[in-house]
Amino acid sequence: MENIVEKSRIARILDSDIWHSFTRSPVAIISSIVTLIVIFSAVFAPFIAPNDPFDLVAIDIMDSSLPPAWEVEGDPRFLLGTDDQGRGILSTIMYGARISLFVGFASVIFSMIVGISLGLISGYVGGRTDAIIMRIADIQLSFPAILIALLLDGVARGLVPKEMHNDVTIYVLVFAIGISGWVQYARTVRGSTLVEKNKEYVQAARIIGIRPGTILRRHVLPNVMGPVMVIATIHLAIAIITEATLSFLGVGVPPTTPSLGTLIRIGNEYLFSGEWWITIFPGAALVILVLAVNLLGDWLRDALNPKLR
Amino acid sequence: MELLDIKGLQIEFPSRRGTVVAVKGVNLTVRPGEVLGVVGESGAGKSTIGNAVIGLLDPPGQMSGGEVFLKGEKINDLSYEEKRKIRGRRIGMIFQDPLTSLDPLQTIEQQLVETIELHLKLGKKKSRERAVDLLHQVGIPDPEVRIQNYPHQFSGGMRQRVVIALALCAEPEVIIADEPTTALDVSIQAQILELMRKLCREKQVGMLIITHDMGVIADITDRVAVMFQGNLVEEGTTQKILGNPDHPYTKSLISAVPRADVRLRRFPMVDYIEKEEDRKMLLDISTHWLGQGRDFGKIEGPLISVKDLVMTFVTKPAFLKKNRQSFNAVDSVSFDIKQGEVFGIVGESGSGKSTVARIISGLYKPASGAVFFDGTDLTQLGSEKKMDVFRKQMQMIFQDPFSSLNGRMRVMDIVAEPIRFHKLASSNREVETIVTDLLEHVGLGRQAAVRFPHEFSGGQRQRISIARALATRPRFLICDEPTSALDVSIQAQILNLLKDLQEELGLTMLFISHDLPVIRQMCDRVGVMKMGKLVEVAETEALFTNPQAPYTQELLSLMPKLDKLSHKGLDVETS
Amino acid sequence: MVSFLFKRLMQSVIVMFTVALIAFSMFRFVGDPINNMVGQDTSEQERIELRERLGLNDPFLVQFGRFSLNAIQGDFGVSYKYRVPVSGMIAERMPATLELAFVAAILSLVVGIPLGVYTALKRNSFLSKMIMTTSLIGVSLPTFLTGIMLILFFGVVLRWLPTFGRGDVIELGSWSTGFLTASGLKSLILPSITLALFQLTLIMRLVRAEMLEVLRTDFVKFAKARGLPNRLVNFKHALKNTLVPVITITGLQLGSLIAFAIITESVFQWPGMGLLFIQAIADVDIPIMAAYLVLIAFFFVMINMIVDILYYAVDPRLRADNE
Repeated sequence: MENIVEKSRIARILDSDIWHSFTRSPVAIISSIVTLIVIFSAVFAPFIAPNDPFDLVAIDIMDSSLPPAWEVEGDPRFLLGTDDQGRGILSTIMYGARISLFVGFASVIFSMIVGISLGLISGYVGGRTDAIIMRIADIQLSFPAILIALLLDGVARGLVPKEMHNDVTIYVLVFAIGISGWVQYARTVRGSTLVEKNKEYVQAARIIGIRPGTILRRHVLPNVMGPVMVIATIHLAIAIITEATLSFLGVGVPPTTPSLGTLIRIGNEYLFSGEWWITIFPGAALVILVLAVNLLGDWLRDALNPKLR
Repeated sequence: MELLDIKGLQIEFPSRRGTVVAVKGVNLTVRPGEVLGVVGESGAGKSTIGNAVIGLLDPPGQMSGGEVFLKGEKINDLSYEEKRKIRGRRIGMIFQDPLTSLDPLQTIEQQLVETIELHLKLGKKKSRERAVDLLHQVGIPDPEVRIQNYPHQFSGGMRQRVVIALALCAEPEVIIADEPTTALDVSIQAQILELMRKLCREKQVGMLIITHDMGVIADITDRVAVMFQGNLVEEGTTQKILGNPDHPYTKSLISAVPRADVRLRRFPMVDYIEKEEDRKMLLDISTHWLGQGRDFGKIEGPLISVKDLVMTFVTKPAFLKKNRQSFNAVDSVSFDIKQGEVFGIVGESGSGKSTVARIISGLYKPASGAVFFDGTDLTQLGSEKKMDVFRKQMQMIFQDPFSSLNGRMRVMDIVAEPIRFHKLASSNREVETIVTDLLEHVGLGRQAAVRFPHEFSGGQRQRISIARALATRPRFLICDEPTSALDVSIQAQILNLLKDLQEELGLTMLFISHDLPVIRQMCDRVGVMKMGKLVEVAETEALFTNPQAPYTQELLSLMPKLDKLSHKGLDVETS
Repeated sequence: MVSFLFKRLMQSVIVMFTVALIAFSMFRFVGDPINNMVGQDTSEQERIELRERLGLNDPFLVQFGRFSLNAIQGDFGVSYKYRVPVSGMIAERMPATLELAFVAAILSLVVGIPLGVYTALKRNSFLSKMIMTTSLIGVSLPTFLTGIMLILFFGVVLRWLPTFGRGDVIELGSWSTGFLTASGLKSLILPSITLALFQLTLIMRLVRAEMLEVLRTDFVKFAKARGLPNRLVNFKHALKNTLVPVITITGLQLGSLIAFAIITESVFQWPGMGLLFIQAIADVDIPIMAAYLVLIAFFFVMINMIVDILYYAVDPRLRADNE
């Protein structure tokens, strides 16, 4: 008997066109490195931040409003300066990025789960179910996502008693941003499902007798994930921006757990008095993060598009 | 003198995995009033020739060698702008798909007038007159009125006529047609080819037709060039190439074309490429798992009986019933299939033949009518579980090898899926053994199990589909155009395989096709469908030698006349 | 054509109805309207009477009907915080938002579409690559950050342009316009650029993607095979086919400008509806929120209808379905 040689998963990935395109594109490599650095420092912030900006004992009001270390009045302890409370900017950025990333990822995952499920069902079952789901989607699409997020946020604010606010707000935010984004996934998945549904391998599965649920899971889902990944990266960027915007406007995360948006808002007050570093650095961090995510998404889209090769 | 002279053409496609040479040193000539056919299977490189001549190769393709002369002038190294002037004016091009060849947002008039004005420098009024005249020449009825229509308002055949008009409107000297009739129905195909030949003769235009279809070659070409894997293997008059070819590849290619004029025992293999393996000795059916559970006793009456089947599709959904428009894809169809026989259904696209297959297999629910399988009405079963019993006995293979397998699953899992679902084996080990045996039995080899579909060719994928279909040990197999998407040579292999399996396993088969010659070779009895209705049912030989229904006679007359083709090497059935 | 219009109209009505329902639910269920309207020392008895008088004890449908009727006439009740009619507050600030959105919309289209076409046609030119890179940054910049930076640079450092407010306005009947004064126009510059930037880059990338798709189609190839010059192929055939699907998305994007104005108005202290809305969220001032919601829905539905009609008029394939 001959040996049946199976190429391991890793070997297949390394040989694939996608990996090849990745290693050839300096942009993709750099942006993934940047994203990884940001994610890393955000996740491990408590361990690697030079100082804990939320430890009320450690903050000294005397340290407030110091410019970055390379300026004349700067202090080497605070590399990027301090804010009006004496908190180190670098540290607040790291913690802030943490919140921003958390909300960003969580809302995208939420959107994906809702969107993909509804899209699969809508596309496969068709008929009235499809019509209803798509009608709801259309109505929701009539509103810009940010408005929906704002509204949900505002309503939740009204519904939840004041004491619970600070704990619940983050989840409300994730929910609001998540709900505002499911439609894109649902539509794309529905479109792909409609296409795959008529493909002969699905019909073959039906003739074998496989039930719809299993068909969706085993056959359709793996084949519709491609475009979903592309949308997810774009959506991640948008989710991060939306959260930052909401926090900037004052209706995002609670002030006790500031995200990058909150930091920018705080710094905005001091912009005209010359303490530029309080806003500019968090702003720069936000832009770099979103840019990196966008670059990755762009590269992914080009790599997955067979027609551009 | 030659109109078009191609010398030593070489076309390459550089890619990161190395350079693919699509065309290697090909010489072709076309004279005025003559039709040259370039025939070959997929991968032969023929399509790129047309694009290269007019300078529109899809990147990264490039013409890496050779010269092209038009009436003695060298044209391959002209600038883009100079080449552009030649396009349309001196060389006209016709592509395969008329639906996508025309700008959907512009009327026919706009597109015609635009091209005529550009090349012939006539005024608007004169251009329009000429456009109407052209439409008339290509056989569009009411050209004055229809010129104002948009492309989507024409049927496929009409659209291709418009495309031909567009290609001719600037009075070119040469026309290159790339698979001009592949997307059209057989009856339309005949008309379009007729039109093209007539125009060619009348205007003394030289035509280069690129195709994989022997029927097209036999119909309108004067000379033929045969291509195989980028090389020109043989060239000569159509008479000679079809009737008495020299080169071994040409010989085997010709012999593999399904004939309508004789019935063969087996399809001859295009053995220039590969020898047919001696499959029969691989498995001893009587002892193998495949052969178990196959003692279908004699049954009373037919195995499958279809009665008054009706299937309706809605074309215009509307809220009120009276506004809803629908049509009957299948209109009161009834027929029987005896156990062990191969029953064919033949018809053009839209005849409803595939719909019938899908109703019988359970994919569609008919509007009315019954499908009896060994006495039980499948349409009245009620529960999925009850249907499962019948699903085991009835399986299907499909037309498109590229979409009939889930690209993300390994072959092992694809073929094992039905075994696992119906719990036909007691352990994983047993499942794996059965699957690898099946793969070997259909001619793929055990290694195939760990691979993914995209690693296989079209013909090999059809074999995987067949293995999957056999995995439940069915007694009834539905074949829906199983070889229509395959090259002629591969088609022969697959059809032979199906024939062998049918004999070995005593399968009852429903064979759907639009290809009359194939039907003749494969089936015992045939039903002819037209627009949802079954117009005639007869024994195959009787149908072909003495058709009763007018439509059947019409269909038979439209078949390309392949009687010029040599009979050498054919294994004729003498019954 | 008529049946098409009718269907669209019915759809729009359904959307408005749903929105009204949501807005109304907000009214009823979020917080107690009575508590928000009266002071601390109003007695329990007075509250009960007030409740009865305002019809808050009536069945849901009756209240909803009343709400809808009022809404159609533009009456959304009284702001919890400011105690003045909401419709008046919104009407006062509407011109500011609409003018801003209008200018931003024109900017996005006039710059976005040509850039999209250029980067599609001249894919590999240096300029294209520069534009694409810049656009990527454009898409990564949150609107508020753009605003802050523009303020910092043009307002604070260079001192060329005003950094907040609308400048001087002139009243034309009930519409206060900033178009007719120098300071009004100057004040418009930074906010409209801020608002337009994100949309602009989106439109540009969309047009580019669509155009690249179209350039790959068979009919473009056939047009070239007929010898048509590139100019004709690109601008007559390709461009037209590109713009058709772009219309829908562009319509939606422009509609969302009105909503995105919220952010710009916050950063520039622009006295429009958006600023009002944000403050209402912080104050949980439900009547204002509800009114804004219904109004925005109305704008969107209108824009969607117009876009659909445009689409119908431009693409002959849609018309033929009804023949």
